[in-house]
Amino acid sequence: MTSYDNRIVLEPGRAERHYWRDIWAYRELFAILAWRDVSVRYKQTAVGVAWAVIRPFLTMLVFTVVFGGLANLPSAGAAPYPIMVFAGMLPWFLFSTILSEASGSLVANANLVGKVYFPRIIIPSATAFVALTDFAINLAMLAILMVWYSFIPTWRILLLPAFVALAMLASFGPSLLMTALNVKYRDFRYIIPFIVQFGVYVSPVGFSSAIVPETWRFWYNLNPLVGVIDGFRWCLLQESSSLDPSSFSSALFVTAIFLWIGIFYFRKTERTFADVI
Amino acid sequence: MSDDVVIRVESLGKKYLIRQVERERYVALRDVIARTAIGTWRKVTDAVRTRDAPRGSSSEEFWALKGIDFEVNRGEVMGIIGRNGAGKSTLLKILSRITEPSEGRVTINGRVASLLEVGTGFHPELTGRENIYLNGAILGMRRPEIKRKFDEIVAFAEVEKFLDTPVKRYSSGMYVRLAFAVAAHLESEILIVDEVLAVGDAEFQKKCLGKMDEVARGGRTVLFVSHNMPTVRHLCSRAILLAGGHKVFDGSSEATILKYIQATQSGKALKEIQRMIEHFPPDPSFRLHRVDVVQDGMSTVDIINNKPVDIVIEYTVLEEVTGLHVYFLLYDLEGNLLVESLHNGHESGPPVMRLGRYISRGTIPANFLAGRPYELEINAAIHRVRECIPQPTPISFKINVTATGSVNSAYPGYASPGKIAPLFQWGTERL
Repeated sequence: MTSYDNRIVLEPGRAERHYWRDIWAYRELFAILAWRDVSVRYKQTAVGVAWAVIRPFLTMLVFTVVFGGLANLPSAGAAPYPIMVFAGMLPWFLFSTILSEASGSLVANANLVGKVYFPRIIIPSATAFVALTDFAINLAMLAILMVWYSFIPTWRILLLPAFVALAMLASFGPSLLMTALNVKYRDFRYIIPFIVQFGVYVSPVGFSSAIVPETWRFWYNLNPLVGVIDGFRWCLLQESSSLDPSSFSSALFVTAIFLWIGIFYFRKTERTFADVI
Repeated sequence: MSDDVVIRVESLGKKYLIRQVERERYVALRDVIARTAIGTWRKVTDAVRTRDAPRGSSSEEFWALKGIDFEVNRGEVMGIIGRNGAGKSTLLKILSRITEPSEGRVTINGRVASLLEVGTGFHPELTGRENIYLNGAILGMRRPEIKRKFDEIVAFAEVEKFLDTPVKRYSSGMYVRLAFAVAAHLESEILIVDEVLAVGDAEFQKKCLGKMDEVARGGRTVLFVSHNMPTVRHLCSRAILLAGGHKVFDGSSEATILKYIQATQSGKALKEIQRMIEHFPPDPSFRLHRVDVVQDGMSTVDIINNKPVDIVIEYTVLEEVTGLHVYFLLYDLEGNLLVESLHNGHESGPPVMRLGRYISRGTIPANFLAGRPYELEINAAIHRVRECIPQPTPISFKINVTATGSVNSAYPGYASPGKIAPLFQWGTERL
């Protein structure tokens, strides 16, 4: 451990030159924080697991009854309505969990931020990772649902991990922005439930993208979750739903922009976190 | 930079806005919006009335550190001393990369481990074993390193039997022992330690000191902040003295400590204290008017020990509040706390202070103090809520006590060596 090559210069406003290398060096901290959050979550509450099961199940039920039953909207091709809803809910819950958990994560870990150095981006990232555990539970529920309806997915399911990654990236940009803003303006957290509540209706969670009129498509596609959810349905449902290249490419584009803004703003404000937290 | 210098600090400064120093350091977006709206409205109305818009913002700058220069050589153990608010912690925070300097530059050669608090990141729900790994990772240890030291850490902390118990069930002593044990086994070229030895029972403190000794003798570079002068003298070869954000002395730890004590001794007179009190920022429930030390009806800081002394505190309680108390603390000049006394500590329940102006007199009895100088601090707090005196500027001043009492008066020229010299009852019979 006698490597004297790691020379550090601290100056005002100096951008961390080895920012990404630093993050790599702290990967163990990332892993252990993620592990801590997961283990505390399931240690503290047996309800934690139950909650991860009940919430999507009830949402699926409500959407199926309201959109599929009462409003009589068409499902995506041959897929039963509940399966279509569930395939849309998977990425939606991943997004909303990451957004709401990550945005408060730095403030919740204020004691660490004020007393130890590490790249701050590790904390919201670890939180985002924890959201994957709930996602895994939901995925298992979808599998059970598919067995129940004797619904067999195609080879496309192999591409699902790529869309999970896209969903995470799409959540991560806005989350970073919210996290940084929340450190500075503590009342920002009140905005998040609103975004989540609003978002579930402007994203194709309870309905299929196919029912959205052509004239609105451009604006509709600006919501990156549209591309992500369409992608999930394309992977999970049978030939019925086709992947719309325009929604997919605009999802990629908007995700990239949000990531850039999120990381940029986070890095810009990160240096003062310890002073204001 | 020469190979022997591991830390070089050049004209370092750190500026805070006063808003950040106050209790509520973050802002609410709604306040920002409201303030901007009001500000704009004022500008508009001022423009209409053709007045000049008031210049400058409402937040003031405050330099916690200014123009700090020093170098630390490899293997040096350097102490950093100074009163509360002198900038010690800010300096450590900059060196640990927690916060960024506002000006100047720091160059560090080597891996830095900093220990600003014992048990940072400990999670009450996790077991002792899990917390060792968690805390180790937070302090920058790698997993193999923790594994290798695991048994040593557990043995040092003496928690073998409770390794798989959540730390929320630990006694506070066990908790602190475990936390210190992890930190003490850090391997790094440079170790930065803030006042963390002031925890645990006496025996454990001794053990910690021994460990620190071992670290210091092991050729690592150590920066050590403490209020405990004997410890600094014992551990450090060199020390710097900070006051008001400036470095005022740099030399052998012996010389620096002397300087520190002298600076304390030429401390503020009561008049200065009075001026300071008048400029305190307002507190919602408490307003201090006057503090005084009175003996024989005279206000004085030079007292004798065979007569009682009154500590007088005059204040107004601005709203009915439970647990509000004024109190004084008596220190020796090396910063060791000797006595703390609360004005209503003897009452049965948490006392309620009603609205009004009060005067509290605490009497130190005759034949209690020794013939030596003390540091007297006066403070006010709401129990478990907050301190009512702004922390960086404690009201403290030196009092000189001349021994005229009966303790050891039979042996002229022999000063009582204790820090206090109460006159105890003795009964002796000839058998």
